Formats: sequence, C-alpha cells, structure tokens
Amino acid sequence: MQLSRRTLLAASATLASPLAAPSIVRAQGNAPIRIGEINSYTAAPAFTLPYRNGLQLAVEQINAGDGLLGRKIELLIRDDAGKPADAVRLAGELVTDQKVDVLAGGFLSNVGLALSDYALQNKKLFIAGEPLTDALVWDKGHRYGFRLRPSTYMQAAMLVEDAAKLPAKRWATVAPNYEYGTSTVKWFKQLLLAKRPDVVFVADQLPTLGKIDAGATVAALEQAKPDAILNVTFGPDLTNFVRQGNTRGLFEGRAVVSVLTGEPEYLDPLAEETPDGWYVTGYPNTSVTDPANTAFIAAYKAKFNELPKMGSVVGYALIASIAAGIAKTGSVETEAMASGFPGTTFATPFGKVTWRAQDHQSTLGTYVGRTALKNGKGAMVDWRYVDGADALPSDAMVKTLRPA
Amino acid sequence: MTALLIQLLTGLAGASTLFLVAAGLTVIFGVTRVVNFSHGSLFMLGAYIGWTILSRLPRDPGSFALGVLLTGLATSAIGSAVEMVLLRRIYKAPELLQLLATFGVVLILQDATQAIWGPADLTLPRGPWLRSAVMILGERFPLYDLILIATGPLILGTIWLLFARTRWGTLVRAATLDREMVSALGVDQRRLFTSVFALGAGLAGIGGALVLPQGSANLQMDLSVITDAFVVVVVGGLGSLTGAYLAAVLIGVLQALGIVLLPKATLVVVFVVMACVLIVRPHGLLGRPLTATRTDAAAIAPIRPATPALLWAAAALLVLAIAAPLIVGPFVLSVLTDITIAILFAASLHVLMGPGGMASFGHAAWFGLGAYGTALAVKSLAAPMPLALLLAPIAAGGVALVFGALVVRLSGVYLAMLTLAFAQIVWAVAFQWSDVTGGDNGILGVWPPAWAGPASFYWISLVLCVGGAILLRRALYAPFGFALRASRDSALRAEAIGLNPNALRLAAFTLAGSAAGLAGGLAAYAKGSVFPTTISVGHSVDALVMVLLGGVQTMAGPIIGAIAYTGLFDALLLATGFWRAALGACILAIVLLFPQGIAGGFNRPGVAGSVKRTI
Repeated sequence: MQLSRRTLLAASATLASPLAAPSIVRAQGNAPIRIGEINSYTAAPAFTLPYRNGLQLAVEQINAGDGLLGRKIELLIRDDAGKPADAVRLAGELVTDQKVDVLAGGFLSNVGLALSDYALQNKKLFIAGEPLTDALVWDKGHRYGFRLRPSTYMQAAMLVEDAAKLPAKRWATVAPNYEYGTSTVKWFKQLLLAKRPDVVFVADQLPTLGKIDAGATVAALEQAKPDAILNVTFGPDLTNFVRQGNTRGLFEGRAVVSVLTGEPEYLDPLAEETPDGWYVTGYPNTSVTDPANTAFIAAYKAKFNELPKMGSVVGYALIASIAAGIAKTGSVETEAMASGFPGTTFATPFGKVTWRAQDHQSTLGTYVGRTALKNGKGAMVDWRYVDGADALPSDAMVKTLRPA
Repeated sequence: MTALLIQLLTGLAGASTLFLVAAGLTVIFGVTRVVNFSHGSLFMLGAYIGWTILSRLPRDPGSFALGVLLTGLATSAIGSAVEMVLLRRIYKAPELLQLLATFGVVLILQDATQAIWGPADLTLPRGPWLRSAVMILGERFPLYDLILIATGPLILGTIWLLFARTRWGTLVRAATLDREMVSALGVDQRRLFTSVFALGAGLAGIGGALVLPQGSANLQMDLSVITDAFVVVVVGGLGSLTGAYLAAVLIGVLQALGIVLLPKATLVVVFVVMACVLIVRPHGLLGRPLTATRTDAAAIAPIRPATPALLWAAAALLVLAIAAPLIVGPFVLSVLTDITIAILFAASLHVLMGPGGMASFGHAAWFGLGAYGTALAVKSLAAPMPLALLLAPIAAGGVALVFGALVVRLSGVYLAMLTLAFAQIVWAVAFQWSDVTGGDNGILGVWPPAWAGPASFYWISLVLCVGGAILLRRALYAPFGFALRASRDSALRAEAIGLNPNALRLAAFTLAGSAAGLAGGLAAYAKGSVFPTTISVGHSVDALVMVLLGGVQTMAGPIIGAIAYTGLFDALLLATGFWRAALGACILAIVLLFPQGIAGGFNRPGVAGSVKRTI
C-alpha cells in the first residue's frame, strides 16, 4: 500500500487564507497547487484517454508560462474503474492523504454525483468535467459543486431547435437505459412538445448500455413507422445501431436527431457508414477555423501527434476553468474558491466561457450541425456553435430546479 | 405478422452469435470442469485479431471466410497456451480455483488488448455483400443475418460430427461423462484437455470475428458477453451442445420479442429466463446431473481448529487493528474501514462456499440489499444509524430466506448461476425503480452522524465486522456447522442420521445473506451513498476472488483473502496505470504458488514459503 504523504507541501497550501495579507500568499513559495482528478480511465478509455491528454497539455502550458499565483500546477490522476464507491475512496485519498486543493473529473453520471456528494460532505471544491446529468447542478447541486459540459437538458435544447423545424409528426426515441439516456429523452420530449404540440412519440427503445441488440431494436423502431428518430446511444452501441439501420433502411426518408454523434470519438468509428444528414451535437475539430481552436489543435498535434477529440477539449477546458477560478480568487482555500469561482470567465478552444453564479453550470457550448460522408470518413457540416448560455432555461426555472 | 417474423429471424441471428461463444464454453466445462471466465476475453481477442486480419484482406466473401478461420486458429493457439502454461498446473486444486486463475487472465488480457490496439473502437469496413439486404415479405432483412442464422446449426452439426464420428470426439464425450475412467483406460488427459481448450478458444475467436460486420471491436466486449454465454451454457445444461443451441435460440428470440413488447426489460430478460428454467429444471434444458470428480471430494479435509500460535497471531493483529486510528492517517483509515467490511463480506460468502458447499456467483445481492435497506431507512424514515444498520441484515436475510428456498435445491454451477440470476434481478430492480432507489444515480448523502467521525466509524465497523466474522466462525464450529458440513460431504448419509440437508443449507444461506447485508449497510455509511454497482456481477466476483485467494477450506482464508485483495487492489491502483495487468499477474502468482489459497498454503506441510506446520 502506498502511504506517501506530502504533509509539508499540503499544510502550506491548505492553511493559506484569502483574507490574509498578500505576503502570506507569496510565502507559499513554490509549493505547487494540486489538482486531484478522478476518471474512468480503464472503463471508458475511448473518451478518457484523449481527455487525459487534454488535461496534461493544459497543465504543461500553464506551468511553462507564469504558472498559477506564481506556483506550478501539479495534477494527480486516479482511475475509478467506473465504480462510484472506488471514486469516493480515491477522493478520500486525494483529499486527506495528498492534500489536493481541488477535486475534478468524472465520466459517468453516477460517479460524478458520488464525487459531488463527497465534496459537499467534506467541504472541498469539485469540478465535474464530463458527467452530463442535470442533477449535478440542479436538484443535487450545492455550493462546492461545478460542472463544465453542456448537460442533458442543454444538449436536448440545442437539438430541439432543429427538430421543431422538421415536418415530422411521429417521433421514436432510442437511448441507453441509464440516467444520461432517460434524462435526455425526457427533456427532448418536453421541449419539443412545448414548441410542437402536434408531435406524438410512438416508440421508446431503451437498450442496455454496451449491450444493444441492434437488429431487434432497429426492427422494433421500423415497425412503429416514425417520421423521425431521436438517437441518444453512443460508442459501440451507436456503431451497431447505425450498421443495422443502414442495412435495413431505417434511416431512409426519415430525419434523425442524434446527441453526441458528431464527437470524433463516436463519429470516427462509423467511418464510411456515417449516415447522411443527421442533426447532431459534436465537435468538427479541423473545420473550425476560430483562432482559439486552431491554436489548440496545433499544440495538441505537436504533443500527441493526433487530432484532438471532444474529450481532449473537455480535459483542456477543465484545467483552464480551474486555473481561471483560482487566479480570480487569488487563493486555493475552499470557501474562498466556492465564492470566487462563480462569475469567472475562462478561455477554451470553443471561446470564452463563464461559470454561472445561479447554478454553477459553465456556459461551455457545443457545435450543432449535420453529419456527412467525406472521403470515406464521417464529418460534421453546416455546423454552428451554440453557446451554453443560450441553451439553458430561464433563471426563474433554474431556481425551482435547484433547491440548494 | 411480418413484423413478428422479422423479429423472430433477428432473434435467430443473435442466437447464433451467442451459441458460438457458449459452445466453446460448454465443451471446455464438460471435459475439464473449468469455469472459464476468460472465454469472453478470447471472444474479444477474436474481434481484434479478426479486425487486424480482415482489414488487410479484400472485401469478398471468400476472403472473409478465410480471415474468420485464421482468427479462429489464432485464438485457438492462445487458448491452448493459457491451458498449457497455467491451468494444467492447477487441475488438482480445489474446485473453482481455476475460475480465479482465468479471472487473472481476464485482467491481463484487458490491459494487453488496450496496449496493443489502443483505446478507440475499431470498425471493419463492410464490403457491398455485407451491407446488402434481401426482401422478406416486403421488409429488408440483412443478408449477413441470414448467413449467421445458418452458421449456428452449421457449427453445431460440424462439432456433432466431430464428436460422433472421430476417435477424439468419442474420448471427449467419454471424458465429459467420467474423466477419471477415461484416464484409467490410458488416455493422455493432458493432450485431451489441451485440444478441448483449443477447440473452445477457436470457437470463441470465430464468434468474435463474426460480430465485426455488425459492430466494432471494443474493450467492453469481454465482460458484456461472458455472463450471457454462461447463462446460455447453464440454461442448456452444462456440457450439452444441443442444449446450448436451444438455450441460445430461446434467449435470442425472447430478447428480440421482448424489445417490442417491453423495451426496458432487455436489462434482465436473460436472467429471468435462466431463473425460470433452473427452478423448473435444476440441470438445465438438456443437462444431466454431473458425476462427482473424485479428486475434488478427496481435497476437502475436515477443518481443524486454529492452533494456539495462530490464535495469538490473530489476537496481536486485532490489537493492532484496534489501535490503528491512533497510528495511521485518514486515508489509510478509510482503507482499513473498507477492509473490515470486505472481511465480513468474504467471511459470509465463505460460509456458503466452504462448509455449505454452495458456490455463489451473486453474493453482492445480499450486500446490496443491506446497503439499500440502510440507505432507504435513512432517507425515507430518517432512521438513526443504529436502527438503519439493524435493518440491513434483516432486509438482506429476509430476502435471502425466500430466494434461498429456491436456490438450495440445486447444486454446483447450476446453484451458483441461479444466485447470479437473482442478483441480476435485484440489480435490475435497483436500477430501474428510480422513484424509490434513485435508479443508477443511486441514493446520496448517507453519511454517518456527527458523533461518528472517521475513527469512531472505523471502530464501529471493526466491532460489527470482525465480531460478525467471529460469530460466523463460532456457528461453523457449533453442531450447526458440523451438520452443514455433513450435508455437504454426503447429503444421503446426513439424511440417514436424521439431518435435513436442505433446511441446513437454507439456514446457512439466510445467515450468510444477513451477514453480507450488514457489511452492505456499513458500506453505505462508509461511502455516503449506494449505487446499483454494489449489486453488479463485478462486485460478486470481488467476493469470490477474496474467498478463493485466501483459501476456501480454511477458516482464516476469507479474512486473509479480503485483506490481501483490498490492500493489493488499492496499492496497485495508486501505483500504476496498468493496475489490471498487475493485479492479474499477482492473482496468477498466488494461484500457482498457493493452490489451496494463501491461508491454505500455510497449512500444507513442506510447501516452499510455509512458515509453520500444523501439529
């Protein structure tokens, strides 16, 4: 068992108070600011390994410059193996043993919620990167929890814009049977019906995550004769679904709206089977010529010799968001950061983003566009960037959704 | 009508893929009695190797068939290597130790596959013939699915011919019925076992390559296929190929029809089918009662009471454990709390596996029921901690009593799989019943009250868990324990002297369930939350690994196993990104060095590394 403790470093870091004289801040000297990051590296490597690259690139860039508050950033990475109980134990290790200043990470919704609850109980800041569940910032939201990615509500809201313009009246849905899937479907239905009361939902498929029986699912959807389909599956399930759908002609003459499908980690495996004209959220990495993005891609390619994926952007932006919050607070004391992070603006490959004060959700948006087949590969075309702030409900509604 | 036919055909296509994986598993089990947990890994390797070969070949049907066969040969070679290097050395070890060894292989192959092929999903471009469809009653149906439908019976027929018409096949069938007799007649068991493994692994590899046109090679395939494959094998009847095919068809078709009628049910349909079949037919559809392998029976020696030296060592360890909060830091303390919970969890499973003679693949069900019982008591009744903890063993024990009545009628792997089915059903309820259990988001905020800080909670957990383990031990040395062991060793003789084996087994089942429930209740407080993952197959496997690592036939085994596994797991997790491979390698080393488990290793005189001999 590894019992290494760096109490010396840690004591100086945690004792620092924002209200104390600036001289004390300087007295912290060169002790690095420690960020403890927990993610499902072995359980979901297709997303989390590019994500880890993004984290490392951001830390390296900050440390190569002036650092943060004149100190270096030290990143401690842990693998939760996809299990919430392991994540909580590792959070304990990072907080009590390694004395990290901030906790971050999470991929699965339930791991994110477990870490967020640990943060609330132990009064430690937790910045969730990827977990999409609305509960993280709304019904289970609290002072110490923040979340970066556009949530299931926001993803659904972005796509409903396009979906509502379609002539389709009969809709069917297919989503993995867990929080992310059911929650996205719930919001999509609610938001679409609000804009289009004439719409009916004729079939809901809920395959088990990672075990879709694609042939039977496609046949069941076909049988319902929908005009349009909402797809929420991703990863291996999506590949199976698309292949069966292509062969059986499910997508012919039907509009498809699909969450996350434009992200390179899920679009690339579709390769020459990429369906044409799906409305998707995602990241058209090379075709975005915004300077922030091109600079990010250049730095990423130089370091890892491959194109960044959506995970890379999330990892990179996660570090940027923490660094900006700490810089604005001027301290790594938890209570000060919990008050200092809201309202902080930070730069990401997608442009400027703000930590919202009302629910601790960031305004990081995502690209919405359509899929196309280009040179035997999947691509996103006709895309636009949707700012996260524009996809969130009104402040009054957020207030009712967030008791804390 | 058309829709029904299409679903039926789709179900048949899915059944063929399932059958290919299950066929290899059932042949291997029939002959060697190895519960080969790594069969799913060979399936995954088949997909990856198939991708490597097929993406370099032209996209015509002939090349595809050639590539699939080459893949089968490659995985066949890997399977034989695993058998020759690893399993061959431990056939004489207690039952299920081979399962532990193959679990180690699973872990190593997961990291190896990721290291070789990278983390991204790999997809094989489909040639036009693989993308084409035929018209059936006006609906498009994939040509490839039709090919798959034909492949199942084709492989079944080929293996049947192999078994019925060749000398090798005759030997395999004979060994399935009575392998000692075959050996006594002068047949080289080693070659027979290796060849059977080669065949099984080859079939798994072919199965993996055949799913490529429908999906991708990805790193989750191994675990997602293995439980389903086991279900098919058990529903069909262990060792029965035709049974496996029937079971695959039954499950494949029900799954396909279930998707139309009740989409949410896909989570659990295979396990409900298995539970129903096993309750009605305790040996599966076409299975026969297994002949006892004689080496196993001899391996179970009576459990000796601990020697004074061992008792002193245990007392010293306990004193150290009590003093721990004064010595170690908060993180180590939280790991120690986890270890106390793991000890009770493992000790409760040991009651079933050791003296009870009932291996359980679903022990996490009771742990999870206890955890949910506690969490719900806290959340909906605002119960104080002592009451909430009291509810944990009651909830778990109560359900164990009801399920147990169905379970104890079975034996061996059938019993183990029925417990797995129940665990999966409990898991599905926890997962799906969001209004009460919070679904996969779980129940949060189950923290101990302010008066129970980390140190106090550790002491509470130590008292309850170690106390619970000691009580379990006491029960096994009481007349109850002796009667239980008598029922295990010979149910017939036990009955003859007036014992009621099934009632004893049920009592043991309920006792073990309650103890695991208490461990679960403590875990809810220790983590502050409960999630369906506490009931998952993976968590049940953790318990199995702890018991087997420590040694099934010793009283100290589960305790040592729990400490070793939890400690090792944490240490490796923090030390290396390749913790799975490292953990797998450690498990293999322990299995090879101490075939009787770590604690068992100390009891065997003359073994290298043993520090004391039993007097």
